Amino acid sequence: MTADRTAWEQRSVARVVSPVSPRKLAKVPFVEMADGRLQGVVSSGSDISRVYVSSITAGTHTYNCSTNNNRPCGGLYGDMCKHLRSLVDEAVLQYGQDRVAGYLRVEVAEGERLSYHLNGGVERTQGAEVFSRFLSHLAYLELPMTTEPIAELHWFPSSGAVG
Amino acid sequence: MLSVQLAEIVDQPLPGVGEALDLVTGFDEALTNGFARLGEDRASALTALAGAVAATPLGDRVGEAAAKVAAGSVSEENVTALAGGRTALLGAVHDALLGRLDAALGRERDSWAEPSVAGTTDNLLSGCRSWLNELAITGWRGVDHDLVSAVGQTMEALLAEPRLRRLAVLIDGLAGELRASCPVATMEVVPARRWADLWARALMLTQALMLTQAGGLPAGAGEPVSGRLLVLGVDVHEHATAVQAQVHAILEPADGGRCRLVRTSVAATKVDTIVGSAVWRLLTGVPVLLNALAEHRSLDIKDMPLLSGGDLIWHDDRATAGEPADPFTTARVQLGSALAPAAPPLERHPVRLAEPVLVEGYSVPKGDEMVFDLGGKTITVDTGRLPSCGPLTPAIVRGSESCIGLLRWDAGRWLLQPLAVQGMVKKLPVTAHNGDWAQGPTDPKIAKAEARNGDAVAVLRERAGRLLRK
Repeated sequence: MTADRTAWEQRSVARVVSPVSPRKLAKVPFVEMADGRLQGVVSSGSDISRVYVSSITAGTHTYNCSTNNNRPCGGLYGDMCKHLRSLVDEAVLQYGQDRVAGYLRVEVAEGERLSYHLNGGVERTQGAEVFSRFLSHLAYLELPMTTEPIAELHWFPSSGAVG
Repeated sequence: MLSVQLAEIVDQPLPGVGEALDLVTGFDEALTNGFARLGEDRASALTALAGAVAATPLGDRVGEAAAKVAAGSVSEENVTALAGGRTALLGAVHDALLGRLDAALGRERDSWAEPSVAGTTDNLLSGCRSWLNELAITGWRGVDHDLVSAVGQTMEALLAEPRLRRLAVLIDGLAGELRASCPVATMEVVPARRWADLWARALMLTQALMLTQAGGLPAGAGEPVSGRLLVLGVDVHEHATAVQAQVHAILEPADGGRCRLVRTSVAATKVDTIVGSAVWRLLTGVPVLLNALAEHRSLDIKDMPLLSGGDLIWHDDRATAGEPADPFTTARVQLGSALAPAAPPLERHPVRLAEPVLVEGYSVPKGDEMVFDLGGKTITVDTGRLPSCGPLTPAIVRGSESCIGLLRWDAGRWLLQPLAVQGMVKKLPVTAHNGDWAQGPTDPKIAKAEARNGDAVAVLRERAGRLLRK
């Protein structure tokens, strides 16, 4: 164990972040675990130019959902709305249930749906910052490609082939 | 690569390499705990590192910096000098390893020709430098969300500046790992070598004089070359927000000059949810190159700039598809005699060692760790470097009989990274190259899985189109 540990500490190419699993992005284009929350953006089912910003706080499991113009989600009474449930489901697909449950600090048995265990009630939070993080996220896809060699990417091998 | 060549590479320890790496380890421990809280042991680790470069032109500068940092003066200037000392040591390790490899393979290497450049400076760079300096003061163990977020604004500005893409991609990669590991104090083990590598390289890239060779190519860089390009294989690099396909190839100059080993790269920024074969869709701006990878064709190029370090700066409009060309034939016939390029001085680090070799006639003994046994000499196969955007899998590599790969080195040992293999899987002949899916997956199972998830790139571009420009 100590030898393994030392070897890992002394590797230039050590894997620190696991790559995420592919999933359908149409419904929930963005989800992240940041700033103590599981948060993201859910596309509206009825209006193509509207999105909802949904978030759940780690530990307290309080949640919020509002439109990108900061209007409260109409589905949010008594229980989580469908946007929040989608957010949790897609986060589980992307990061795996263990990682999401660990981050939110919730105990879930295998095979159970994580969102049923999050009952902290509504707590209004600012969605604007999450929305702006989503826009920054999208901006990566707007940058032109480059043919200038990036030697530093030798530290970041593509991996993940299985079989 | 023959058994005797492999023996020459792996058998003899290289004098001085272990000692140099011990000094680097000492430095990395100091950085893990932060230069603000060195203590006697860690301060002496910095002094020891300075001692190792004392006889070089950096000697005085690094010696002085080690003394000042130990005395509590953790200034940007001193920290940068120490990072320079660490970089020089690893550069020497790189040179020793590459020298051993060239001698064993009989590979002839060109000498470095320094391009003439002028330095520039930039406010953005000083923003990066001060963040990197904060990291050094705090140490990895002290990194929290606030410190990682502090680079956010600089990061957005960096990305918007194409000249600084290289630095941007590096800092974003490091920041992403730190963010995912926050608070680092709770991590059981810190990837000390790796983060110090990334940190030191970033500091070097922010140095104004390095800028023109390291961040943004000046107009007219490189020597224009024309001829036939024969692909050996493609090495794919990726982190959450970037992907790069680096093609290793043999250039047959049109003027009949000596064949050269070259690399050509295409890179794009991305997001973490674009994974697997979808990454090729971010590189569709170079259709001629992608077509040559997918169809195993040679390429005819005209007046493409070749840098002294062997990097061919790809211009898709200066290339046309040529005849079908089997990379294994290219490797058998031409790899042995091609002239290899020099490593650019700043890039000299063991992580950059990626020397194409052809390995044949090996066996793959059973065991947890995959190795190729070449006449009694073994080399570990780096199965962690098989990309999900291509058809190579551990099972296919295990069943292979011939392999085009890159010789790499990490943490004291040599590794082989397969780029292409031929062999038998379930009694059927199989050939697989990393670039086979450059125009979309050719494996129906993978294509179906992809279709089920929809086109991630298209979905996000639609969202960007609708939401970003409002």
